[in-house]
Amino acid sequence: MSNTMNANGRNNGFPGFFLTAGCSGFPEALKKSLIAAVWFVFLTFPIMVIRVNTIEDTVDWRWMNMVYVAVAVFFGSFVWRWLLARKELKKDETREENRVEALMTRIASDKRLKLIAVAVMACMVAAFPMVFNLYQTNIMISCLTYIMLGLGLNIVVGLAGLLDLGYVAFYAVGAYAYALLNMHWDIGFWAVLPLGAVLGAVTGIILGFPVLRLRGDYLAIVTLGFGEIIRLVLENWGDVTQGPSGISGIDRPTLFGVKLGVIDSTMYMYYIMAGLVVLTIFAVNRLQNSRIGRAWLALREDEIACQAMGIDKTKTKLMAFALGATWAGMAGVVFAAKTTFINPASFTFWESAIILSVVVIGGMGSIRGVIAGAIILILVPEYLRDFAEFRMLLFGSIMVLVMVFRPQGLISAKRKVYKYEPANTASAGNEQ
Amino acid sequence: MRGKLTLFALVFAMASLLLAGCGGEQKEEKKTEAPAAKKLVLGVAGAHSGDLASYGLPTVNAAKLVAAKFNAAGGVNGMTVEIAAQDDQCKPELATNAATKMVSDEVKIVLGHICSGATKAALPIYLESRIVCMSPSATNPPLTQSGEYPNFFRTIAPDDAQARLEVDFARKLGLTKVAVIHDKGDYGKGFASFCKDFADQEPGMEVVLFEGVTPGAVDYSAVVQKIKNSGAEGVIFGGYHPEASKIVSGMRKKGLEIPFMSDDGVKDETFIKVAGKYAEGVYATGPRDFSANALYKEAVEAHRKEFGTDPGPFFPEAYSAAIALLKAVENAKSMAYDDLIEALHSNYVETAVGKIKFDGRGDAEGVGFSVYQVQNGQYVEIK
Amino acid sequence: MDYFLELFFGGLTRGSIYALIALGYTMVYGIIELINFAHGEIYMIGAFTGLIVAGVLTHLGFPEGSMLVIALTCAVIWSAAYGFTIEKIAYKPLRGAQRLSPLISAIGMSIFLQNYVMLAQTSDFLPFPELLPRFAFLDRFSGVLGSSELVIIAMTALVCVGLSLFIKYTKIGKAMRATAQNRKMAMLVGINVDMVISATFVIGSSLAAVGGVLIASHIGQINYFIGFIAGIKAFTAAVLGGIGSIPGAMLGGLILGWTEAFATGYVSSDYEDVFAFCLLVLILIFRPSGLMGKEKTQKV
Repeated sequence: MSNTMNANGRNNGFPGFFLTAGCSGFPEALKKSLIAAVWFVFLTFPIMVIRVNTIEDTVDWRWMNMVYVAVAVFFGSFVWRWLLARKELKKDETREENRVEALMTRIASDKRLKLIAVAVMACMVAAFPMVFNLYQTNIMISCLTYIMLGLGLNIVVGLAGLLDLGYVAFYAVGAYAYALLNMHWDIGFWAVLPLGAVLGAVTGIILGFPVLRLRGDYLAIVTLGFGEIIRLVLENWGDVTQGPSGISGIDRPTLFGVKLGVIDSTMYMYYIMAGLVVLTIFAVNRLQNSRIGRAWLALREDEIACQAMGIDKTKTKLMAFALGATWAGMAGVVFAAKTTFINPASFTFWESAIILSVVVIGGMGSIRGVIAGAIILILVPEYLRDFAEFRMLLFGSIMVLVMVFRPQGLISAKRKVYKYEPANTASAGNEQ
Repeated sequence: MRGKLTLFALVFAMASLLLAGCGGEQKEEKKTEAPAAKKLVLGVAGAHSGDLASYGLPTVNAAKLVAAKFNAAGGVNGMTVEIAAQDDQCKPELATNAATKMVSDEVKIVLGHICSGATKAALPIYLESRIVCMSPSATNPPLTQSGEYPNFFRTIAPDDAQARLEVDFARKLGLTKVAVIHDKGDYGKGFASFCKDFADQEPGMEVVLFEGVTPGAVDYSAVVQKIKNSGAEGVIFGGYHPEASKIVSGMRKKGLEIPFMSDDGVKDETFIKVAGKYAEGVYATGPRDFSANALYKEAVEAHRKEFGTDPGPFFPEAYSAAIALLKAVENAKSMAYDDLIEALHSNYVETAVGKIKFDGRGDAEGVGFSVYQVQNGQYVEIK
Repeated sequence: MDYFLELFFGGLTRGSIYALIALGYTMVYGIIELINFAHGEIYMIGAFTGLIVAGVLTHLGFPEGSMLVIALTCAVIWSAAYGFTIEKIAYKPLRGAQRLSPLISAIGMSIFLQNYVMLAQTSDFLPFPELLPRFAFLDRFSGVLGSSELVIIAMTALVCVGLSLFIKYTKIGKAMRATAQNRKMAMLVGINVDMVISATFVIGSSLAAVGGVLIASHIGQINYFIGFIAGIKAFTAAVLGGIGSIPGAMLGGLILGWTEAFATGYVSSDYEDVFAFCLLVLILIFRPSGLMGKEKTQKV
């Protein structure tokens, strides 16, 4: 980090650049910061300073808060302007990759290095539950679940460009499918897992069909509506779903018919989840470069051109919905098996928003990005526990800051480059 | 093709490590058999953040106070009591996280969880790891009545007992037609369903309306009109105070002056503050008034001294549960699961909610509900 | 008949509030094509500012009559300021980025604002004083239409008419319409687009603040979380009416309010939201760009 700072500030020295970023000189910067401080003091005045109690008719003036706000904004505005200026500077170099990305590309392009990297990653993933305790493993399972959900949603949003705000509906379908089948007919985890995937896909097609005509944000609100409808039905159709009290005592997965204890089954769950994530990565990777994957990208970029090229729009869109929903269905089954208790409260719009954030913050369309996004969004709140009540405040601001300073996401998708080499074609022509 | 191969390699590596992992697990289990230290950890689980934190944090305070009290008296069986608080935000998935954290920290007794849903999610984990769990506020009846969880105890009466009392009281008021409204939540709907069932069984009493309202909706005027149109002589509401105060003020503004009865989610000072003059005359059932109990007075005094405020909801129940758990360790003279269960079932303990003992299912004997009414801005017990 | 009228006015009141918030959504969307998820929080901040100001005024012993006006004015000023600042911080640096980035930024902003108010004020529910005047002549009809409901409906109508006139006749209104139609072209003819966007946020936020103070005073309680559901419903209303269209947002709000009221009244409130969303899906299937939205033909 410090290296890049120096690199940017080399021309006029880092401190100078930091202080005057985005302004003509230091006095102007000072003035801007002062104005910002005054503005924020005004802005936060009623909420931060005054606290009223209308019952006892008392007013509590907290003037110290005003001072804190002023000082924080005054200094914060320097950092803010500096970060913005840095982003501007980098804009010209967007084509260039930053250090981490360059390293990744190098690893990916070298066969041996790639094998080593994959092996190291595999060892790390496999060793995780042995190195860390049960709690950490448990959280890691949630994180892996979100990676899976994120990768699924990535098909719909990142590749096909269809904004889906009700993705959690498919997750709920999977979870309830397992819970109900397990409760009534005692069907095990391994039997329901593929079934959950199929059910997810079917729901995806059913929900996708009527809304295909809609575009952009109309689609977003209708999917949001569908998500809410499914949750409300789960909540109110008490005879089947047991309503808001949920379904408890769902079986954990068995290992070749053997039931495991809590500790063992958490480990087992972790490996199942890790396996599923690997499967997802593999499948999504293959899909991306397949015929349908390229059709999605084309559809995202220009629908009309796409149709002109003879791509069946309806089929392609439905495929995106169905394949995206498949992963959510599977993740739902795993979720139900992990918590052993589900109720409709786990499937609110909020969950959809978080999954969408995983995709966008990580970097739309990029598998590595989604993984990074899930790790940040799921692990950060857990590790922010030390900040107690400031946890969600920080979480919200991190979301805003990441977007403001890296709008393309943490790891942006790389387009596959198909090189046209005239030399080869020419020689091929000669040979003919 | 290359990508395919590496991915296969990765899957194989994973699979082989999975087997290795199974081998590694046994080692870890041996490690957990370490000798007990001179510390007794009391786990406290519940909503310590999020929108229901105000129901969960008083339990943490109660546990701290009880621990301090026991430690001042030389600890339990020579062990100092320590508190390990785990947040679950009342969400099932976080509750399992909290529960596994308890298991990996080798906690043997847990005070919590706060919400019934979270408790349901966590209990199987506790049962398998042989951890005793006692909730101050999870009132869902099947938790004890199903008999599935011999490790579960509670210091609050279950919902059906409260619903029984509510319906009996409605009868005492001479109501023949009641509207039963709930907030579609686990607690509210469960309570309302019991009320409906009991009222249906009651001769001469009729449930004319049974509906759920959406929590947080902009207003409830349509539901209020429906109550009015149904010809109900009284309203029973299952849920929490924000919805209750919106409905009751809507009713009074529309000139509907029929009795409004609710549950212990409403028997909260905040309800009176928020509903203001409209709260007057509202009935609510709640845990029996134990303000005369010496131990309770002492607990409240200690809370004021330590935290500078009055205790929040479920504080007395939590205080009592913490005492009951620690006393059980004292009486059992061991930390073994079976001894603890036995001790809880067989010995009477003096607590802030009275002298209690746990019956075969885990419900506390000697804990009950009574009916309160808001009179001049205060809840007054109706004898 | 009475019952029908009661539900009708109940739905109208609720719909008016939805319409006031939906206007903010639709205006912002019309100009920069962004679903401003933090808009519900602006509504909440408006209500909180109203409560704080009313509390201070009561403490200082102001007469009750002037309270509504002052509280409302302050709520509007501060909400507008919040709207303005949020745009500058969270959306402006993202102009030209891919379409979903500002959306996530908006979700983050919404989480931030909720927790900011929760920490700075309280997580509890707070009673909101009854600021709306009570008309004695309406007491006879209080079962059908209360005075606070009348005030809300009248105020909404007034604001909507005012806004329509403003958009239609003032210079800035015309600039807004031009920007909504074609941002680049507007820039070319000399419209300061940044200023127009800021103005849109300011106006939208002010309307949300009016809605916030009115409804809080009507139902008598607020907490930091009220913006969430109201925001989603208002957003639904905006889409229902055709997002980007101002009369559409008003119509959408009213239709949504009535649907919910009649669904509760004649069917069951258990499925109130299901009805609302089903209606939305149905309307969008037959009119893919909402009731009043313009059918956009795509240029090739």
